[in-house]
Amino acid sequence: MLIRLLLPLAALLAAFQAQALEPAEALALASGDTDARIEALSRAEGHPDEKTAAFIQALADDAVKVKGRQVWIVRDDKALDPSTGAEAPMPDDAEDVVNNNRMRAELDNALAALKLLSSDEAQRRDALKTLAEESDEARLPLIDKALAAETVPALKAQLALLRARMLLGGQDRSHRLEAARTLGESLNAATKTILVERLKVETDAEIKGAIQLSLQKIDAALVWSDRLAALFSGLSLGSILLLVALGLAITYGLMGVINMAHGELMMIGAYATYVVQGLFHRYLPGAFDWYLLAAVPVSFAASATVGAVLERSVLRFLYGRPLETLLATWGISLMLMQAVRSLFGAQNVGVENPSWMSGGVLLMGNLQLPWNRIIIIGFAASVLLAMAFLIGRTRLGLFVRGVTQNRPIASCMGVNTARIDTYAFALGSGIAGLAGCALSQIGNVGPDLGQGYIVDSFMVVVLGGVGQLAGTVYAALGLGILNKFLEGWTGAVLAKIAVLVFIIVFIQKRPQGIFAMKGRSAEA
Amino acid sequence: MTPDLLEQGAERVAAHEALVAARGRHTESGGREAGFGRPVEAGQVDVVHGRILYLDDVSVSFDGFKAINKLSLDIAPGELRCIIGPNGAGKTTMMDIITGKTRPDEGKVFFGSTIDLLRYREAEIAGLGIGRKFQKPTVFEQLTVFENLELALKTHKGVRASMFFRLDSAQSDRLAEVLHTIHLAAQVTQSAGTLSHGQKQWLEIGMLLMQDPKLLLLDEPVAGMTDEETARTAELFLSLKGRHSLMVVEHDMSFIRTISDIVTVLCDGAVLAQGTLDQVQADERVIEVYLGR
Amino acid sequence: MTTDSNLSPLRLPRPAPLLSRGGWAAFLAALVAVCAAAPLLNLVVPEGQLLHLSDYAVALLGKIMCYAIVALAMDLIWGYTGILSLGHGLFFALGGYVMGMYLMRQIGRDGNYKSDLPDFMVFLDWKTLPWHWALSDSFAATLILIVLVPGLVAAVFGFFAFRSRIKGVYFSIITQAMTFAAMLLFFRNETGFGGNNGFTDFKRILGQPIATPGMRMTLFVLTGLTLLGFYLMARWLIRSKFGRVLQAIRDAESRVMFSGYNPLPYKLTIWTLSAVMCGVAGALYVPQVGIINPSEMSTAASIEMAVWAAVGGRATLVGPVLGAFLVNGAKSWLTVTAPEFWLYFLGALFIAVTLFLPDGVVGLVKRFRKGDASVEEKTS
Repeated sequence: MLIRLLLPLAALLAAFQAQALEPAEALALASGDTDARIEALSRAEGHPDEKTAAFIQALADDAVKVKGRQVWIVRDDKALDPSTGAEAPMPDDAEDVVNNNRMRAELDNALAALKLLSSDEAQRRDALKTLAEESDEARLPLIDKALAAETVPALKAQLALLRARMLLGGQDRSHRLEAARTLGESLNAATKTILVERLKVETDAEIKGAIQLSLQKIDAALVWSDRLAALFSGLSLGSILLLVALGLAITYGLMGVINMAHGELMMIGAYATYVVQGLFHRYLPGAFDWYLLAAVPVSFAASATVGAVLERSVLRFLYGRPLETLLATWGISLMLMQAVRSLFGAQNVGVENPSWMSGGVLLMGNLQLPWNRIIIIGFAASVLLAMAFLIGRTRLGLFVRGVTQNRPIASCMGVNTARIDTYAFALGSGIAGLAGCALSQIGNVGPDLGQGYIVDSFMVVVLGGVGQLAGTVYAALGLGILNKFLEGWTGAVLAKIAVLVFIIVFIQKRPQGIFAMKGRSAEA
Repeated sequence: MTPDLLEQGAERVAAHEALVAARGRHTESGGREAGFGRPVEAGQVDVVHGRILYLDDVSVSFDGFKAINKLSLDIAPGELRCIIGPNGAGKTTMMDIITGKTRPDEGKVFFGSTIDLLRYREAEIAGLGIGRKFQKPTVFEQLTVFENLELALKTHKGVRASMFFRLDSAQSDRLAEVLHTIHLAAQVTQSAGTLSHGQKQWLEIGMLLMQDPKLLLLDEPVAGMTDEETARTAELFLSLKGRHSLMVVEHDMSFIRTISDIVTVLCDGAVLAQGTLDQVQADERVIEVYLGR
Repeated sequence: MTTDSNLSPLRLPRPAPLLSRGGWAAFLAALVAVCAAAPLLNLVVPEGQLLHLSDYAVALLGKIMCYAIVALAMDLIWGYTGILSLGHGLFFALGGYVMGMYLMRQIGRDGNYKSDLPDFMVFLDWKTLPWHWALSDSFAATLILIVLVPGLVAAVFGFFAFRSRIKGVYFSIITQAMTFAAMLLFFRNETGFGGNNGFTDFKRILGQPIATPGMRMTLFVLTGLTLLGFYLMARWLIRSKFGRVLQAIRDAESRVMFSGYNPLPYKLTIWTLSAVMCGVAGALYVPQVGIINPSEMSTAASIEMAVWAAVGGRATLVGPVLGAFLVNGAKSWLTVTAPEFWLYFLGALFIAVTLFLPDGVVGLVKRFRKGDASVEEKTS
């Protein structure tokens, strides 16, 4: 902890000349009402030096005590004098200096401002992040100093924006004009807010014009990035729905089994990922980043096994009775959820992204496409392709199709229909497990992970139509994109309701879904 | 004019009048009464011209496969017509078209001379007096024989009518009559699911009879029946003939011999041959396609 | 034909009575138990004595009787008409919410904020009652709305669903979606139904305080009478031709259409009726339990309602009532003694009933009786 404090401080101090921190200054910073203290803080920022920096840091760390006119910094049970840095005797009844939220915010900003001049690029980046919302003109000289000294172009641009933001609210007219123009280049929603605010109070016509021009520029850029953002999150949601619904499409579409425990099979996959993560933590910490590669087959196997057991023990006796299957699988889902609660606890468990999945791709200045979602879209596509290949081109797939289309004849041909049933159901369950593995990377993992997706996945299967994988794909992607676009207008909850109503109405008109199986047996 | 010719003429007139007396009408097509000047009531089946069902050049195809190909068929009122033919000949499809389950691509389907069946929906056609019996007996298994027949009664079928329904004496009599006709009087309170296969078929015919249909379409009625049940079914049909018109699709040749007058052979969606069973059995084309040597 | 002509004239079966002799006896016994025995044992017999019916038991039994009404409704549409609805909790909750709105208004100024508006509205900074609360201070209007609101929602949904010939499993999934969407809607604060807290802290009903033993017993008796009344009504419906058509629709819908019946009005009638029954049950439930929130509309709650009917025995009317008592009795016992075991039990119940007891408990009893009868026949 101490090392984490000292390193940045050392970097800070390297930039400053050693100056003295007056005791009176220290007192002004440590006691009195908040307004006075903040004023003292601004004054102190005017002449940054190592002692001041250290004192401000101590204040932020709640390590300062005061009594009467004396101030001490307390570190490692030692009381130091802020001006000299030397140990000074401190009476036992010295009081802690208390910072309220406002003071704390100001201290953080002050530290950040000071950090702007540090030699460590990472520190400067962090400082800029903290100061991003700042628009107090008083810090301007500091910003100017930092701008002059800055070498990294990206940071220089950010400093320029910060400066422009501060200038926009300032007294000097030409500065305001310049600021209004500069901010137009920012293509950022936050600067848009500032420009809009300024527009309300600005009186000068020319500056108003400049502000409006800048606003138009920003809006034009934002529209595209908004659309792309909605499209991407729609694709992302669609890919997740696809993974979730694919397993269901196999068990229901090909086998006629309505599986209400499908969500729980997903949850098992997610928990399998969690367990693999834990094992890697314990035994292979060096290879932790690659735990996901091991987790994928494990979650498939775990869910497939559970699915096979379910099929053998319960579902095989309920074929041809879809309503009973629905109820029985609901019972199974209750038991699975409770079992997981008993084993892992009722709270959510933490699953971390490996490092190569964090962060994202930056498009168009302010649109961030997270890596984990991109990878999941790719993962969903590859699972779909593997599935299509398996069903369409392999012997197992042929048997599955044969059994579902005409069981007695397939059986006469020597196909072990009971075993094919188990395989097919295990396949569908395994895909659910893969979906759970994917979900663990972007959301919480808890015993009711599956409950959130069960209604959606059924909607996809109902909409997409029975018997064709293509229907599931279109329905999943379509619903995902529809949901996200509606969210932009009406908010998440109403969007969900609207999608449900849409599906109900669509099914009225076309009960067999988008892709109907031709022939007489389209009814459940 | 010789005396022989006079006598022959008188014999012909006498024969014609005997025929008229027997038939009750002037000619096959109805005589003077069947002229255009007669009043026609809407919704009533008009059989004055002597045909109760008339299919003319009906065609339908499913996904490119021509199931019915210019089929023309007609049935007289009170007739018992048998339809035979190989599988895939279009027998069931023809019945689907008549009852409104399938719409033909072209052709005319008339019930009597005035009712164009193509303009009606399936439920309405059932209400017009065409009853169909499917191959598999579909009675209501959880209800008793009595309840099955009561459901099929020709009465108001709305929700309120059903809630407050009470059997009146005329309806009871009709029910009893039908029960006797279908030989199920002893099984009145038995659950329909426990009847034998043949008894279920009779019950279904009974349910059709309750609707008082003018035309009965029967799709393989004796499939799966014992010999005794088959014989009794033949008796039943023969008793129904005359009051109702029947079209029976069957494969059992001995059954057909017992009940048939005229047999129509269907093949590839069209009529291949028509005549008495003997004529049809002697027809070369029929032998080749269906009966075998 | 010749063999039948000398049969004696046929005696057609008479229409069956509403209840058999034994049935009427049991009905009267239940009536006495609800109207006389329960008030006596709760209000007159002092606490501590063996026969005293505790307040807790009264509240529990009242609640279970509300559930029994729901189970009866489920039997009508599932057992007799073959429509498995997994969203009937919605109608139950709608009835409950209508009553809840009335009860919230009855709190008057006695809430936390001492305002004319319900507490949650004050909390949300609303100044006036929204339009859908307009009639909530009139008891008569509330009674009408308890029937009207679930009924209308059911009628509209049912009309569109049945007309499109959605059947079987698809229909069940759609009902799930329906109740799920409604639950999401009611969870929002803006909808004006108390958000995720719902309504609670009731003080009065019709001016009388709600938490007294007298009021509790009144509600109990009312619920019992409603249950018995609905039972008789259901019995009458099932015994009529209407009931037989429903069963025919369940077994062979296309055959029914073929016989000239249009299934849509039949299904719609029984669907709306069952929804109204659930709404009434919900309205009786809320004052007894003291709270209503959107979780009553959850998909899990509706699916549980199906298992009550399945456990008792579908298509028997008495079975689902029994099932509701059995399952909810087990639930109250298990959630107190072994709470983590309850979900295992419920899950296993679903599986066991579908696999081994398709006719439910009543079916099991009938099989035993038949077994006994056949043994007697063999021995006599």
